[in-house]
Amino acid sequence: MKLDSMYQDIILDHYKHPHGRGLRDGDAEVHHVNPTCGDEITLRVKLEGNVLKDVSYEGQGCSISQASASVLNDLLVGKELGEAQQIQEAFLELMQSKGQLEGDEEVLEDAIAFAGVSKYPARVKCALLSWMAWKDATAQALAGAPVKESA
Amino acid sequence: MLDVDAIRKDFPVLSRILPNGKPLVYLDNAATSQKPKQVLDALTAYYELHNANVHRGVHTLAEEATALYEGARDAVASFINAPSRDEVVFTKNASESLNLVANMLGWAEEPYKVDADSEIVITEMEHHSNIVPWQLLAQRTGAKLKWFGLTDDGRLDLSHIDEIITEKTKVVSFVLVSNILGTVNPVEAIVRRAQDVGALVVIDASQAAPHMVLDVQALEADFVAFTGHKMLAPTGIGVLWGRQELLEDLPPFLGGGEMIETVSMQSSTYAPAPHKFEAGTPPIAQAVGLGAAIEYLNGVGMDAIAAHEHRITEYALSRLAEVPDLRVIGPTTAEDRAAAISFTLGDIHPHDVGQVLDEQGIAVRVGHHCARPVCLRYGIPATTRASFYLYSTEAEVDALIDGLHHVRAFFG
Repeated sequence: MKLDSMYQDIILDHYKHPHGRGLRDGDAEVHHVNPTCGDEITLRVKLEGNVLKDVSYEGQGCSISQASASVLNDLLVGKELGEAQQIQEAFLELMQSKGQLEGDEEVLEDAIAFAGVSKYPARVKCALLSWMAWKDATAQALAGAPVKESA
Repeated sequence: MLDVDAIRKDFPVLSRILPNGKPLVYLDNAATSQKPKQVLDALTAYYELHNANVHRGVHTLAEEATALYEGARDAVASFINAPSRDEVVFTKNASESLNLVANMLGWAEEPYKVDADSEIVITEMEHHSNIVPWQLLAQRTGAKLKWFGLTDDGRLDLSHIDEIITEKTKVVSFVLVSNILGTVNPVEAIVRRAQDVGALVVIDASQAAPHMVLDVQALEADFVAFTGHKMLAPTGIGVLWGRQELLEDLPPFLGGGEMIETVSMQSSTYAPAPHKFEAGTPPIAQAVGLGAAIEYLNGVGMDAIAAHEHRITEYALSRLAEVPDLRVIGPTTAEDRAAAISFTLGDIHPHDVGQVLDEQGIAVRVGHHCARPVCLRYGIPATTRASFYLYSTEAEVDALIDGLHHVRAFFG
């Protein structure tokens, strides 16, 4: 049935067993909300030179928003910033495709499971919440935002 | 008993088959109601036969349009038992009605003026439309904003009423029926205390007017706000009822055409209420649609509608209690309760609940329902809300329950 194209097993697995959840040391912290549904995420970025050393997060929300944060952690941690940004842009393009793109599995790995979500306008924001938070936190970290200690 | 089958035939959208082949089960009536043919026909007839601007022209269409628009005002006045038709102000929705009151009081002279020595009282179960206008007024005037909290079972906590409504209180504004909890609030206790200290009373009746007899004289309020689209009318038409002497004394908010008596380059004088508060071309067709909606509701009977919804609410509450891990947010019995029922389902997020229900053709609302403080109060991020109306059936409740079991299986 159609719903299964949104709730892929990969998404449900990430939702039930999120990767990298919890707040750890970071160079910048942001808090983003999705005001239409109340999804929330607090996300920290830790840089080491040009490498994304860690992305840590806490949040509450629907399966799509929580699974997306888990996939983000898998995909971006350990990457050079430039590559991480390319992945973020590829994911953004996929989510804005209204179901027209399938996504490049070489680049997006598990994140291509979200292709079905892009057909549901009300849910695209859920999928993008952590990715927009990451973009914001990374910009702040690069701008030299104050260092946060672990909670 | 309502003849629900006959009523449903009046609503074309209720027989809609969705793109996935499922028949529509529409349980989002607290967000907006569906529209009967009679209302749609009134809109079409207005545009096909009578369309003109109101209150100005001397030509036939202008006079017909004016008569239809003002006829809708008569229908509203009668529907809410207003002492005078001049007490019915048309707005675009309940939010505008509430903002209008807040701005009247912000710009008023004594004794109505809200200033830094004043207190404004609301409640924790308000829709954002009855919170934010008062926050704005408080910020702009320095007035203090206070509110009634909620009990664990979803009712107003009035135990400190004498400390919350005081001699400093200028205005008390509260919801008659909560859009998220379904609670029907005890108007009399609040109005009595407000009158004792000389405070004005504003009632948000957005979730009451569609579902029960609304009598502004019995409420003894000073202002009552509601919106048309939740009571079978089109969007874009709302009502503010206000006591005549207040509408005469209080200053206009929006200026423009229609609301004036004479205008010179130096100054203007204003038309009497209600026109003083209706600047610009009003939503004419929408008002005509509201008039037709009221005629439809009167034909069915508001008492009969309230009784039908009470039965549906009792049935829905009993069946929801069968679903494991389901927690109703709000009163768990149908006493002093309306037909909007919010709940959580284990730790499955309401967005996921709503999405899986949608796949079965069931339309519910998910989120914080523009009443985020209620979610904070009960420690939940959001709820799923099913809300019923005159055309809702027990079979639709059954579909919801089956759907919720499917949701649990899906995310289990």
